[in-house]
Amino acid sequence: MALSSKTKAVLLGPLNKNNPILVQVLGICSSLAVTSKLEPAIVMAIAVTIVTAFGNVIISLLRKTIPNRIRIIVQLVVVASLVTIVSEILKAYAYDVNKQLSVFVGLIVTNCILMGRLEAFALGNGPWASFLDGIGNGLGYGWILVVLGFFRELLGSGTLMGYKVIPQSFYDAGYLNNGLMILPPMALLLIACLIWIHRAKNKDLQETTN
Amino acid sequence: MDAISLIVKSIFVDNMIFAYFLGMCSFLAVSKNVKTAVGLGIAVTFVLVLTLPINYLLENYILKPGALSWLGEEFAEVDLSVFSLIIFIAVIASFTQLVEMVIERFSPSLYHSLGIFLPLIAVNCAILGGSLFMQQREFPNIGTATAYAFGSGIGWMMAIVGMAAIREKLEYSDVPKPLKGLGITFILTSLMAIGFMSFSGINI
Repeated sequence: MALSSKTKAVLLGPLNKNNPILVQVLGICSSLAVTSKLEPAIVMAIAVTIVTAFGNVIISLLRKTIPNRIRIIVQLVVVASLVTIVSEILKAYAYDVNKQLSVFVGLIVTNCILMGRLEAFALGNGPWASFLDGIGNGLGYGWILVVLGFFRELLGSGTLMGYKVIPQSFYDAGYLNNGLMILPPMALLLIACLIWIHRAKNKDLQETTN
Repeated sequence: MDAISLIVKSIFVDNMIFAYFLGMCSFLAVSKNVKTAVGLGIAVTFVLVLTLPINYLLENYILKPGALSWLGEEFAEVDLSVFSLIIFIAVIASFTQLVEMVIERFSPSLYHSLGIFLPLIAVNCAILGGSLFMQQREFPNIGTATAYAFGSGIGWMMAIVGMAAIREKLEYSDVPKPLKGLGITFILTSLMAIGFMSFSGINI
């Protein structure tokens, strides 16, 4: 299926130039605490992508019938129902990961990406475009999460998805896991590094004031 | 005595921002000057203290498995906890609306400087997070739940005010260009969080 240039921009823009985390500063809230291991980060990325895409579609279908004054409550109810479904599915099929994610699955409801996309995109566009926008933003958010999870698990515990990757001979030679990487503050520092790289490449995104 | 230690614990040890990253969006966006930060901090604490006890009652008398047994024996098996997310968020959204109207009436200047972030308190993760932690930790009574809400709110406010104070000073420093604005704020938050970690493990 060929994509027109507009749908391409909607789908791929959030991956780079319009990234929800690096540029729009949305959705930092609930998700940094889940990136100390790769597996929960991937699960979280998938869950958020699904909820964003379908939330966008539902709100986009309803957009002409929702009264403006109560739209936030309507959006929250739609999102909360979707998140409830996702969390029940996780409980049934991936109980261990669900335990690790603890309250953060529920906190997808208040993930700013969702509200941001619903407000900024789904209320003014058709269902198909909204669906692509949701997928794009979910993936744009997801790849950051996966990168963070990858580096934090590799450097912090020497494993990936629970499997040992750093050979025992390294440890025998005196290599130590960097315990600091598992602690929450390092997620912020890593994001700052990502922002640094991203903005050094895209000079037009640099801010002028501190 | 328990309540006081819980308050101290939720301000310093389990700080909403530095330990759980809750409420980051507004933390990053509204921490540009101290006055607005104080206003938002008070609003968040207020909504937290109001909604958490209400959600506590809802959780313990309606939603929890077996919570409906006060209606009679035949309801003892009912488990409505699937609906907890929707109900919590509905309570929070309606209280946010209330706070918004009150602030608009009594302090229009604060109302304008908070801008879009006032209605967004409804989606501030710190508030829903408070309710979800309450559900997870199973507080023994409503007083403890309120104390927890108060402590978390004050902790959140302290963090955002401290951040705003640092950022006001930062105006005069020479930050590498790609790090300006967002990047340096992340690094600052991370350093503050490392500082707060020295409180962890303290038992009061």
